[in-house]
Amino acid sequence: MSEQHPAAPGAAAEPRPEEPGPPAARHPGRVRRKRRPGAGRRRAWLLTAPAVVVMLAVSGYPVGYGVWLSLQRYDLRFPAQRGFVGLDNYAAVLSAPVFWNDLAATAVITVIAVGLELVLGLGIALILRRRLAGRRALNAALLLPYGIITVVAAFAWQYLATPSLSFLTDRAWLGERWSSFAVIIATEVWKATPLVALLLLAGLAAVPEELMETARLDGASGWQRLGGVLLPAIRPVLLVVLLYRTLDTVRVFDTVFIQTNGANGTETVSLLAYNQLAGRLNLGLGSAVSMLLFLLAAAIAVGFVWVFRADLRELSRGPG
Amino acid sequence: MRRAGWYAGTVAVLVVAVLPVLWIVSLSLKSPATITDKRLWPVEPTLENYRSIFGSALFTRALLNSVGIGLITTVLAVGLATPAAYALARLRFRGKALVLPLTLAVAVFPPMALVGSLFDLWRALGLYDTWPGLVIPYLSFALPLAMWTLTAFFRGLPWEMEEAAQADGATPWQAFRRVLVPLARPGVLTAAILVFFFAWNDVVFAISLTSSDRSRTVPAALAFFPGDEQFAQPVGSIAAAAVVVTVPVLVATLVFQRRLVAGLTAGVVRP
Repeated sequence: MSEQHPAAPGAAAEPRPEEPGPPAARHPGRVRRKRRPGAGRRRAWLLTAPAVVVMLAVSGYPVGYGVWLSLQRYDLRFPAQRGFVGLDNYAAVLSAPVFWNDLAATAVITVIAVGLELVLGLGIALILRRRLAGRRALNAALLLPYGIITVVAAFAWQYLATPSLSFLTDRAWLGERWSSFAVIIATEVWKATPLVALLLLAGLAAVPEELMETARLDGASGWQRLGGVLLPAIRPVLLVVLLYRTLDTVRVFDTVFIQTNGANGTETVSLLAYNQLAGRLNLGLGSAVSMLLFLLAAAIAVGFVWVFRADLRELSRGPG
Repeated sequence: MRRAGWYAGTVAVLVVAVLPVLWIVSLSLKSPATITDKRLWPVEPTLENYRSIFGSALFTRALLNSVGIGLITTVLAVGLATPAAYALARLRFRGKALVLPLTLAVAVFPPMALVGSLFDLWRALGLYDTWPGLVIPYLSFALPLAMWTLTAFFRGLPWEMEEAAQADGATPWQAFRRVLVPLARPGVLTAAILVFFFAWNDVVFAISLTSSDRSRTVPAALAFFPGDEQFAQPVGSIAAAAVVVTVPVLVATLVFQRRLVAGLTAGVVRP
């Protein structure tokens, strides 16, 4: 699931106070009915409650049950042996070398892919910002990777990297570890960079033009303007995009599942969890792996928000 | 000289963005005899692969499942999220500050972490390998997605118009129907497309909670296409199926280009 919503990390954003309506005085002679605060609150809850209740039911319950499963010996091939084992599954996972290998593979993919996405995304955002001829074509072309489902992107790149099919290469890229990583990372970067570029472009658009003009008059070069004016100005947006992409990539599954299915040391933590759950039907161990993945994502999110709390607060105030 | 550099960048991005798509289209038009000819363009383009997949119940059934499950998820998620987002954007109430962070926490949760418990629950409840068995986990992620997109959209609307209409004598219902609904429609449409994309794209739940073509969606069917060994993959059929599932999404993306970009960037950057 790599189409998680980019807006989500904007969570740091506090709800903005409502815009005051036009003063009633603008319509003399007409009296604006004043809402009783109690009735308004009840109405607000009636509107919100169904969504919140359904969300808790469809997410909260399975999550809680998943935690419970992770504390049990529960292998569907030996259902009679089911029983509560405390943290044994976690101990088993954390002492298994395969978990650490998979964590390393996940880290390699995440760090390189997200780094490339940010650098290339920024470059594309700067191109789009120039409003050159061909901008419309570029905009439309950028939506191609975004609009394509992950499985199809994975197949397209796999077939580009398969020597018996590809017009580009005679090398079996998916035959060994690091070149497999290269294909997986290329697929992830291809799929995600357009959205990163659009988000950064939206951030750049909020940078006041006078700021750039002043820097230009002061004799700052293009690179100096980028490093001295643009990057600091879009720092909060960069951070949100960085967090969103990191959280989305640590759970990378689709691309790896299609292209290597974990061969040659490319198995990721999500794939390990899947193999335990769906392949070996070991719900206890598999749930423990899943929960560790969740804890990793949560730790990244909390740590990130804490380290950059000042920047994120600035974002919640909004540009200008 | 500098300008030339920017244009070179534009061209490079265009080529890289388009090439893999072009490649999958080209493979889908090659016959079994020419599929390994290692050429970019098909020498004798043929629709054989498309005929073959549309003649196979495996694929047409998966397509039906994908469309059905995607539409049901979209209607439920947007139907529930729209009133909630209106309240979050417009009204003050206790607990409001908790709702959006809660939706965020859900969205951060890795889908794989729901698979084990849903697998067990669905077998017990008889939901394994059914449409509702996929719609429910999709809602876990589609609801927060729709609520975020819609709340951000509603915050940017000119709400004075609603109040002005009421002040001009319209009943709240009239103000809602004549003023609010038309204003909100683009946001709701954007949220609907994003939610549908999500369901249409999912692999994790689709391969874990289904076992037959009763409920298997296209991404799952593609992942398990007959011919398990890599070199035995029916490349032409996979490519054709890939093109078929891509076309509707691409058309929607291009038609609603502007709104989608606005919807996607809302919340990160305020309008």
